[in-house]
Amino acid sequence: MLGIASGIGGGSPVSSIELHTPLGDEVLSLRAGDHVTLSGIVYTARDEAHLLMMERDIPFDAKGAAIYHCGPIIIDGKVVAAGPTTSARMNNLSGFLLERGVRALIGKGGMGEKVRGQLRGRGVYLAFTGGCAALAASRMKHRGAHYEELGMAEAVWVLEFDKVPLVVGIDSEGNDIFNDVSSKAKLQFESLFK
Amino acid sequence: MQPLVRTGMNAKAIDQVRYNSIVKATSDVIRQAQIFLPADVKSAIYRAMERETSPVAKSELRNILDNLSRAEEMQLPICQDTGVPVIYLTLPPDISYCTELFDAIRDGVRKATKEVPLRPNVVDPISRENTGDNTGTGMPSIHVRPGCQLTITVLPKGAGAENMSRIAMLLPSEKASIPKFITETMLIAGGRPCPPVFLGVGIGGTFDQVASLAKEALLLPVDTMDPYEQELCDTVNKLGIGPMGLGGDTTAVAVKVKRACCHTASLPVAVNVQCWASRRASVVVPL
Repeated sequence: MLGIASGIGGGSPVSSIELHTPLGDEVLSLRAGDHVTLSGIVYTARDEAHLLMMERDIPFDAKGAAIYHCGPIIIDGKVVAAGPTTSARMNNLSGFLLERGVRALIGKGGMGEKVRGQLRGRGVYLAFTGGCAALAASRMKHRGAHYEELGMAEAVWVLEFDKVPLVVGIDSEGNDIFNDVSSKAKLQFESLFK
Repeated sequence: MQPLVRTGMNAKAIDQVRYNSIVKATSDVIRQAQIFLPADVKSAIYRAMERETSPVAKSELRNILDNLSRAEEMQLPICQDTGVPVIYLTLPPDISYCTELFDAIRDGVRKATKEVPLRPNVVDPISRENTGDNTGTGMPSIHVRPGCQLTITVLPKGAGAENMSRIAMLLPSEKASIPKFITETMLIAGGRPCPPVFLGVGIGGTFDQVASLAKEALLLPVDTMDPYEQELCDTVNKLGIGPMGLGGDTTAVAVKVKRACCHTASLPVAVNVQCWASRRASVVVPL
């Protein structure tokens, strides 16, 4: 599902594209730098959950799913804090999810070249502002859990997103904001301190 | 608990009533730091958002400001990485410098961990076993200075930014390389410390002192920078890393520098990287 809305959380004047899970081919037309809002069911997964899903099975329908790199604090069924964790830790753990139909990976800091390749023609990496735990808590509801034995930070939590503001960091054509920014920063550093 | 008097003739021991006030004040000031960013930090981020010319960076800064309002409304910590508390005390001459003082601070950290709540982040460095209450051997780090009143200042520090901090023992002839070292620290860090950052810089002292100076620089107000600090900040911002490494004008909101004299053959420099959530709070303990 896809629509255009003006204004995202915080009354930003930037127009953003509304996305809803399950995601389909609409993600292929997104470009790095686009502002989106995401609504619908999203599954959290960090290092341990990725390893367990590889070993056993993906405990949800992966087709069109969105994975959120997050170790939330959930108390009495309420999302207390749910900011993103560093996605690069999942650089070597994400291929199987995308092969099974996952369309979006969400987190902070971007991902490596390998994931950039795996996203080609399939899906996108969406960046959520690091540290925004309270903003996340105000826009996410707890809807269930898988692999709870992994503990609070590592379990696969089922969260319902309500227009969570995100930026397309890597698109399905291989454009990658993080990579561009860090290459430019290196050049800039060299020219500043010749 | 037996009260102990170890300092001057007129020093007050920390009796149960004072002990309890210190526990409560510590817990309260941690809660304050976790939920409300200081006004100078908030307004510096706001001004950066207004100046920012990259639309992506601007919207990241809006998310940050939105997050700050939500944390205040919902009375929740600003970030899920509630960090480890670094504590600065000023001790008046009439309060004794004793074990109970430190015990009370540690109890305050335990109370805050349960009640704010804080994420238990403190582990044994080798076994990685979590102590569960944010205290442990040498933790929290407590720095004591003389003062007129008993004040407790907390600086909760998350790992993402702390891990990007660096120290260099430059040569006296390398004074001109200080900006390069600071900028290089940010180049290496990239988007990992959750920029826009605040950089605390220590210059001078000794190896151990310069790291303390860099951290203490993060306690300074960020609404003004002297010309040297401003120049460092402008240079770092030329990297264009931007909020969260997504590019933009705002890589660092402010750079603050603290100096100490040093050995004629030394030039220690340290950079303590702080994420956008530059949390700190201070309280005077009523005694």
